Amino acid sequence: MKNTVEIRWHGRGGQGAKTAALLLADVAFKTGKHVQGFPEYGPERMGAPITAYNRISDDEITVHSNIYEPDYVVVVDETLLDSIDVTKGLKEDGAVIVNTKHTKDEIMRHLNGYKGAVYTVDARDISMKTLGKNYPNSPMLAATVAVSGVMGEEEFLSEMESSFQHKFAKKPEVIDGNMQALRLAFDIIKKH
Amino acid sequence: MAIRERLSGNEAVAYAIKQINPDVMPAFPITPSTEIPQYMANYIANGEIDTEFIHVESEHSAMSATVGASAAGARAVTATSSCGMALMWEELYVAASNRLPIVLALVNRALSGPININADHSDSMGARDSGWIQIYAESNQEVYDNYIQAFPIAENKNVHLPVMVCQDGFITSHGVENIMLIEDDKVKEFVGEYKPEHYLLNADERIAIGPYAVSNYYMETKRGQRQAMLDARAVILEVAEKFEKMTGRKYGFFEEYRMDDAEYAIVIIGSAAGTCKASIEHIRNTTGKKVGLIKVRVFRPFPEEEIARALANVKAVAIMDRSEMFAGTSGPLGAEVRAAMYQAHAKAEVVNYFYGLGGRDITVSDFERVYENLEKMAETHTVIGMYDYIGLRK
Repeated sequence: MKNTVEIRWHGRGGQGAKTAALLLADVAFKTGKHVQGFPEYGPERMGAPITAYNRISDDEITVHSNIYEPDYVVVVDETLLDSIDVTKGLKEDGAVIVNTKHTKDEIMRHLNGYKGAVYTVDARDISMKTLGKNYPNSPMLAATVAVSGVMGEEEFLSEMESSFQHKFAKKPEVIDGNMQALRLAFDIIKKH
Repeated sequence: MAIRERLSGNEAVAYAIKQINPDVMPAFPITPSTEIPQYMANYIANGEIDTEFIHVESEHSAMSATVGASAAGARAVTATSSCGMALMWEELYVAASNRLPIVLALVNRALSGPININADHSDSMGARDSGWIQIYAESNQEVYDNYIQAFPIAENKNVHLPVMVCQDGFITSHGVENIMLIEDDKVKEFVGEYKPEHYLLNADERIAIGPYAVSNYYMETKRGQRQAMLDARAVILEVAEKFEKMTGRKYGFFEEYRMDDAEYAIVIIGSAAGTCKASIEHIRNTTGKKVGLIKVRVFRPFPEEEIARALANVKAVAIMDRSEMFAGTSGPLGAEVRAAMYQAHAKAEVVNYFYGLGGRDITVSDFERVYENLEKMAETHTVIGMYDYIGLRK
């Protein structure tokens, strides 16, 4: 892993792209990193395109600008692909991760000729199978960790388990499903 | 042992308020500072602190209630942003002229219009003449540290002035970063118990606060406020020194970053200073050019002589403003730094830039271009105009 990894998230208001960026900052922080997790606020309403960012580093981070040349881009909602140039500035030795049921080849037609790695994860399918509801956050977070290598799989899963135990202290029945969602997404990336 | 955490700037301020447990907090929500009273309401509801939270119907009432509580003898705080502070305007002057040591957490945001919720210094810069001490932060760590230092400054008997603790809207208020928190008992000890000398609810001493002052008295009152501002200078530095002993983190009127041998300097306030630091490291590592930064932390009182001294040996300076004052010439920081340099007979070429208005982003490469321009200015001894813009579409 490079010293500083920069990640840009694209989603729609209400889907939790901002929450996913904050969760990633959280889990990376727990493994000893310096982190930033921040949203870019435009008109804030359900369904409007939103962008969120992460910087993860071994050193102190002082930069307070948005990220224009990310190492990784995560697309939580594939309907954004036709209206937003999601791979703009994305480094060619980086990768884009798209939440979709479509194949990689189908998605690549919407990526303006991006030459780096493309990963597809059907986060809806994973979420429906494990949680019974469409919460694409957890699978996309796991896929991002798997692709970027900002931390190891075991480290990531054990930190997430302890934070789920804290977060869902009053409904422990959802912890297993969430953990399974993370593992499934991690496996999909490993098989890519 | 300090506590390693990751918090947003709003959470950091709310956490500091919790640690201090002030007597009264009247507040009205406004983006991007809303989370501060929201976190406070949680702490109070959970029984973690016993601050009296007053739900008011507007910011005018928020500051009025804060003034009332402080005059009564309570340690009183509030939080706001932008148009919220604009609605407090009348009371800001009342708080300062009555010498009430209120601490206001201000999350800097543009004033309307056009309507815009993003980072910009026009709210606090507009209030720069209200008699409040103003302290600005680059990061979540700094806003937390500044907030804790604000109380011993405001409540010092030689000062007795309200303090505005400012941070950049969204950039730090909603950005999660690493932070080192101080243990509760150390914060409590540092801030101390508030024991007002004169206050309205003292049955043994009957006083009036905020009476009518005809022209026979008004001018001396203003001179008294000036003296408090002058005396605040030493207190701000004493508190910073004590804070450094506790945490190891050093603060002053401003931070000098790579200024020892700097030939080209930027003067700036707030979160963009961190982005500027990254550009300095990049320029020095790749070209060896001697570039540096002065990040102004205390804007009121204004450290005029100290800034002029820090800029005495540079060849060119860019002073960067995140708010307009429509003089048609400089922005607020530009005008004051220029005046300081003129008074000190400084020889550097000076340009004033407007950047980041209404949250427009400023990047590492923007700062690199500023330093390139400074180099050209120093070589040719020409400055095109009093001011310019960064990131403005032409």
